[in-house]
Formats: sequence, structure tokens, C-alpha cells
Amino acid sequence: MLDIRDLKARVGNKEILRGIDLHVGAGEVHAIMGPNGSGKSTLAHVLSGRENYEVTGGEVTYQGKDLLAMNPETRAREGIFLAFQYPVEIPGVSTTYFLKAALNAMRKHRGLEELDAMEFLALIKEKMKLVEMDQALINRPLNEGFSGGEKKRNEILQMAVLDPALALLDETDSGLDIDALRVVAGGVNALRRPDRAMIVITHYQRLLNYIVPDFIHVLYDGRIIKSGTKELALELESRGYDWLKAPAAAVQ
Amino acid sequence: MIAEESKERYVAAFEQAKKNSAAPAWLKELRQAGIASFAAQGFPTTKNEEWKYTSVEPIASRDWKRPGAFMGHVDGAQILARGFADSQCPRLLFVNGIWAQELSSVPELPRGVRLASLAELIKQNEPLLPEELGRHANFRRQAFVALNTAFMGDGAVVVVPAGCRLAEPIHLMYASGAGQIVSHPRTLIFLGAGSEAKIVESYVGMDEESYFCNAVTELVGAADSVVEHYRLQREGHNGFHTGALDADLARGARLTAHAVTLAGSLIRNNVHVALNGEGAECVLNGLYLAGDRQHVDNYTEIDHLKPHATSFELYKGILSGAAHGVFNGKIVVHKNAQKSDARQVNKNLLLSENAVVNTKPQLEIHADDVKCSHGSTIGQLDGDSLFYLRSRGLDLEEARSLLSFAFAADVVARIKIDSLRARLEEYLAAQFQKV
Repeated sequence: MLDIRDLKARVGNKEILRGIDLHVGAGEVHAIMGPNGSGKSTLAHVLSGRENYEVTGGEVTYQGKDLLAMNPETRAREGIFLAFQYPVEIPGVSTTYFLKAALNAMRKHRGLEELDAMEFLALIKEKMKLVEMDQALINRPLNEGFSGGEKKRNEILQMAVLDPALALLDETDSGLDIDALRVVAGGVNALRRPDRAMIVITHYQRLLNYIVPDFIHVLYDGRIIKSGTKELALELESRGYDWLKAPAAAVQ
Repeated sequence: MIAEESKERYVAAFEQAKKNSAAPAWLKELRQAGIASFAAQGFPTTKNEEWKYTSVEPIASRDWKRPGAFMGHVDGAQILARGFADSQCPRLLFVNGIWAQELSSVPELPRGVRLASLAELIKQNEPLLPEELGRHANFRRQAFVALNTAFMGDGAVVVVPAGCRLAEPIHLMYASGAGQIVSHPRTLIFLGAGSEAKIVESYVGMDEESYFCNAVTELVGAADSVVEHYRLQREGHNGFHTGALDADLARGARLTAHAVTLAGSLIRNNVHVALNGEGAECVLNGLYLAGDRQHVDNYTEIDHLKPHATSFELYKGILSGAAHGVFNGKIVVHKNAQKSDARQVNKNLLLSENAVVNTKPQLEIHADDVKCSHGSTIGQLDGDSLFYLRSRGLDLEEARSLLSFAFAADVVARIKIDSLRARLEEYLAAQFQKV
């Protein structure tokens, strides 16, 4: 589904991604871990088309297409979804209004008929159950005055409604207490499907107790320095990142 | 020099008009005082601090025609649509400042309520007019008010007697067009003690021709009256508009004054509220949109004259193209006005590199036990928000349009007439798609 080859990117003069290689197949859940500043969030933003990042090398093929040639909205319409670490607040526009506009933009792109207000309400009501959100919240201005947990649940609700082929979850666990984490992870797990891939970016092993990945990659200083299966998370939990950093530095 | 010649032109026109006038003595006197005051002030120039960013030369330099009888065909349905009004709404409609009876609709109203053309009431010797007209809009300080006072002849009069509650909004519609015409519509709104009303004044252009509409509204709120006043401006693209709303509120009276400016070539609005009784309250709620080379200037002044009065002001502007927006908000808390509570916010959104905004909040406080705050911002659409929306599949234009709409949303939400709010929302949504 997604093939990343030798991807390099920078912000201003600062090189952040220094040659990423990653292959993600349909139905797979990949976790990307790593210390702060290693480039995890940059990778998520580059994949979703954020313009502040300049891609300086490499290729990304998504469902056989050149991903880097697409603008952010085209990527979204082609099925890529980014759950933000810091979802923005937009006073004046309700979640319902915004999400209906977004869904219909995608349906139009895919040659499907747009949903009317009634059809959309039925859909969103069903998806709200996944993340235990109530009606009052989605009628309020988007994320305005939401708690950290409510914002993250709103991200997963959007993911459920927009039905992506590839979901990028950027530190979805940050700022959540254990109850909120359970709800959010439960929502994500319910959305796992054989035809949908996920990349879960996290700083902590904790999230991976709830969203169990098929593969784990350690990102350090702009490169993937270690890949493994879910057992790697436990090793990182007990040993930290330092034992991996030394050999990586030696390679350079 | 142009201003000087132009001033002479108005004075000469006044002298000419005076000869044929059959006006009652009190009105002749008032008009005379108006022209004398205008002659003394002349047109304001940008040297005047209150007009620093707005040159009225395009208005002063032209020789506008006085309206005669109707010229050409007037499309009533189009005027209603432009003013976001229904065909059934109770209304007085004016074309180039002159009452159009056949396009108006005055329903049966509660006892004591007056809704009539000023010209008609002058003929009927309505006793309220000499008592109130010209008493609230200060023509000695405002040149355009002076000009209106000198030339006023028609407009709308709304009188709601004490204790009367008008449930349905009343529309006062002023349509301009049909070529190079100047009009000076005058509106008087009088609310008796404890009465309630909603009044929508709309100013619309009928065509793309140039004209000059110089409107003045005097609003008197007796003790404990509650009024929602709306001023909707959808002038033609070559229409010039100078407007004044002068409100005088007694003890416990409440005014919510909405000002929505959507189109016009050059627009200057003066809003002046005198909180002239204890516990009086005003809310000023403004939205101005300007694109192309349009110029919109809002000047507001709130006088806290008595203790325990409250004012809350929110004005928001969205500027695109090479438009120029000006906001000047002055709050004066007078010496005895203790426990005044005054808050003012002005926010501006610039959608293009060539759009300009000048914003100037002013507080003048002469009492010591008061709560006052003001703030203004000028900004562009937020990059993070744009990316967020695009990452959900909205294209750049849709994202910009949605965020512009969101920017205006809190002002729009304060509009309490459902049909008006819905039509305005629809208009804004369509408008932002184009920007």
C-alpha cells in the first residue's frame, strides 16, 4: 500500500528526515517509536502533505501513485488520514458541519453521490458510538473548549466517518489519561481492517498495550535504526533507546 | 478647493429649495440651522483626526442630482431580495429617499403604534416631530448630519407607545439608484417606556450607477425600552453612503445595534450612543465585508453619561482584493458615570496582500470606579487551520471559505431574526466561495 524509499526532508536549513525506508502492506499496523526530536511527527506531516516541510530526496508510492506529487486534499481524498497530535480549534464551525463538508468532498472525488443532512446524521450517530461521543459535543464549534481526550476522540470519530485506507496516528496517546486512552484505542482497534493500514506514532510503549502493532520501527535522528515485531516494544520499555543509539552513531 | 466649491453648491441648492418650501416653521428653522452648521464645517478632510483614513472627495467633487418623481421602473421584488426581506414583511420602502407607498406594506398595528413616512407626518402636523427630530443627531459636530438636516424631507418614522411590544420586525428599506442622485433619508425611531421592537433598516443599491445616500437615524429609547436595531448595507458597487445612527437611551433602556455592511463603493458609518440613564445598556455588533477597491469606515462612539451603564461592542471586518477598512471606536466615560462597564473588540481578517485595515480603539475615562477594556487584531487565515481542513479533503478555496465564514460566525449568531440570519449566512457562504 505504501512504499517509502530513502525519504529525506527538511524544515528551513534543518535536515530532519535523513533517508527513511518503510514498506506498509494492507491490513498492517506499524508503530513508529523514538525519542523526542527524532523525526516521527515530521514523517507523518510529510506523508500528509504539509507545505512547511521540503522533501529533498526519495520517493513515496501510495497505492501505485506518486504520493509526493499530490497536494494535501488530494492525498486525503485518495484515502490518507492524519490524526493530529494537536488538533486545531475552529470557533464558528461545528464538527457536524465541517465533517459533512469533508466527507462530501471525498465522496465527490470518488464519484459517489453526496450525502444529505439526514443521511449524514445517521452515519455520524453510528460512528459516535465507537468513541463514546455525545451529540452535544459534535454540535459545538470544532474542538473549541474540548478537553485533550475529547479532541483525540474527535480525531478518531473523523477517521471513522472518512473511512481512510491509510491512517497516520500522530501521538494520539499524548495528553490522555488511562480511561481516555482506552476509549481512543478501542475506537482505533474497531477500525482495523484487512484493507486498511495504520501507522501509529508514539513516544510511549503504553499505547501499544492497547493497539497491538504488527511491526515496530525505531526512528532516531531521521533514520529507522531498528525494526522488529511487537516484542521490540517491551525491550524498548525496559532498556530505553540508548543501546540502539550507539551502533547507529557508529554506522555514520 | 473642490470641497469649498462643492460646499457652495449645496448652500446655493438649499437657498433655491427654500423659496418653494411649504414646510412648517419649526422645520424651516431646523433646516436652516443644518445648512448653517454645514457651511461652517464644510466637508471633512483627512486632516480631521476622525476622518484620517477616509477621503470624501469622490462624494464632494460630484454634482449630484436631487431626486424628482420616480425615474424608470423600480423592481420591488429585487429590492426586497437584496434587503433579505419577505414580500409579506411590514415595511416602509423608499426609492432615492422618497416614500414609495405602493411598494410599502403597513399592516394593522397595535393601538398607538405609528409607522409612517416622515413627509406624510409633517403634513399632518405630528406633534412628536418638532419635539424629537434633530434633537439627538448632533449636526453641529457632524457635517454629513448637518447636510441631511438641511435637506431632509422624507424618511421613516416609527413610534412605539409605552408598554407596547411589537413581536414582528419592522423593515425600513431605502433603495437607491437610477443615476447620479443624492438622497438624505431621515429616520426617527421612538420607543416609549418599557416598549419593545425590532427594526431593520436596509440600504440597497438598485443598479450599478453611481449615487450618494446620506442617511441619518435618530433613535430614542425611553426608560426600560428594549430595541433591536439592524442596519444592513448592500449598496451598489458604485454607491456612496454616509450614515449616522444617533441613539439616546434613558434609564434601564437596552439597545442592540447590528451593523452589517456587505457592499458599496465608499461607506462611512457613524454610530453614536448616549447612555443617558442609570443602568442603560448597549450592544454594538458589527460585520463589514469589503473587496475590490471598496472602502468601509466605521466610526463608533459610546458616551457613558450616567452610572451603572454597560456597553459591549464587537466589530469584525473581512477585507479582500484592494479593499480598505477603517474602524475607529471611541468610548467616553464621563465624570459621574461610576460603575460603568465598557468592553470593545475589533477583529479584522485580511484575505489578500493588498487589503488594508486601520483600527483605532480609544478610551477616555473621567471616572475612577469603572471596568473598561478594548482590543483590536488584524490577521490572516491561520496556516495550521488551513492545513487541518485540507488534510480532511477540503480544497484550498473551500478551506479558506470555511474559515472566513467561521470568522464571521459569532457576529452573525447574535442576529436574532431567524430569517434574516439564515439569508445572511447563505449570502456569506456564497460570497466567500468567490474570494
